[in-house]
Amino acid sequence: MIRSFGTSEFLFILEAAKWTILMSVLAFIVGGSGGLMVALARTSNSKVLRWAATVYIQIFQGTPLLIQLFFVYFGLPLLGIKVDVWVALIIGLSLHTSAFLGEIWRGSIQAVPSGQSEAARALGIGYVSLMKDVVLPQAFRIGLPATIGFLVNLIKGTALAALLGVVELTRSGQLMANITFEPLKVYGAVGFLYFIICLPLTYASGRIERRLNAGH
Amino acid sequence: MQHTFDFAPVLDAWPALLQGALQTLKISGISMALGLCLGIIFMLMRMSPVKAVSAVALAYIEVIRNTPFLVQVFFIFFGMPSLGITLTAEQAAILAMTLNCAAYSAEIVRGGVESIRKGQIEAGRALGLHTFDVYRYIIFRPAIRAVYPALCSQFILMMLNSSLVASVSAEELTYVGQSIDAETFRSFEVYFVLGVIYLALSQFFSIVLQLIGKAYFSYPTK
Repeated sequence: MIRSFGTSEFLFILEAAKWTILMSVLAFIVGGSGGLMVALARTSNSKVLRWAATVYIQIFQGTPLLIQLFFVYFGLPLLGIKVDVWVALIIGLSLHTSAFLGEIWRGSIQAVPSGQSEAARALGIGYVSLMKDVVLPQAFRIGLPATIGFLVNLIKGTALAALLGVVELTRSGQLMANITFEPLKVYGAVGFLYFIICLPLTYASGRIERRLNAGH
Repeated sequence: MQHTFDFAPVLDAWPALLQGALQTLKISGISMALGLCLGIIFMLMRMSPVKAVSAVALAYIEVIRNTPFLVQVFFIFFGMPSLGITLTAEQAAILAMTLNCAAYSAEIVRGGVESIRKGQIEAGRALGLHTFDVYRYIIFRPAIRAVYPALCSQFILMMLNSSLVASVSAEELTYVGQSIDAETFRSFEVYFVLGVIYLALSQFFSIVLQLIGKAYFSYPTK
């Protein structure tokens, strides 16, 4: 018997949206911490650190997310680490996130006027406090719109988990499309759910950007 | 378990990989060009004084930008046939990439057009230029020049995103990689090699787009 795409089928997809959100939040937190390290390395005085961070960013911005995910998924077991596909996904998405947020935040850190850090140094403030209390709070404001913009990309990127067989929003759509034979409605509904998750973020990002620019 | 790396079976398939890379180049190039043209049309609609026209363009741009590309590909490839439009995987891929590229280009180019000062356009009119020439020389060329770097990175992202059309079995680089993987079971080596090729492709695109930019936009500004 062929099922039609009704309320219970929609609820099945809606339920799967929580995995999309969970995956995005986890990757954003882990990847964000990594991204901070990358941004600090990229703006540090050490040539080696700067070079390493640049190479890292180039690699992850120059290859498709899908290939990165497969690479991590098949690569980790070779290192003797047996992981669940979920863990591999979070690691892959986080590595990807670190590179993009690292580059965004590098720009924000460099956009903070250098007089700020010179003044802090003249006051005898050390590196940790200089970053934590002077530079990063200002950089955070500058980088906020682009950071939210990347979060939207990350949420859309989690759709690739479907290709590794993890049941999230897109995969649940594939399953429903296969049993209802109504792909237009099903993928329309899946797209709609992504849209209502992402649109408020896109809107917020645009608003914050306009407000920051209004000062100039 | 000790894994011995063996790249030989993957590298032996180099003709297929080359073919795949060329295919990726082809579908990306076509979609970039079509997407930019369509994007300019959407941008003009978006800036139209007619509210309904501008609303349609805005809705289109926001829907594309706030849904995953993979879902867009599925929607087109699996959904279109139920509307009576059957597309081959390659056609569906190019269509999805073009539509996606158009939405992003529209927004990027709009940023450039908004940066053109009104006095420039008035000066052009005062010099007796036709409306078409005003658009061509005074609005679009400087506007695209101003946002060209952003446009290029969007194009490269699009090329990388083209790896997703392998999921509807459109034959490009990732698809070729997956078939090699299925024959050799050398998953890690396959994806490593694919990563290197994509890295080279994005460098290639970056250089070619820069050269195009140099050829087309190197004129004195003052």
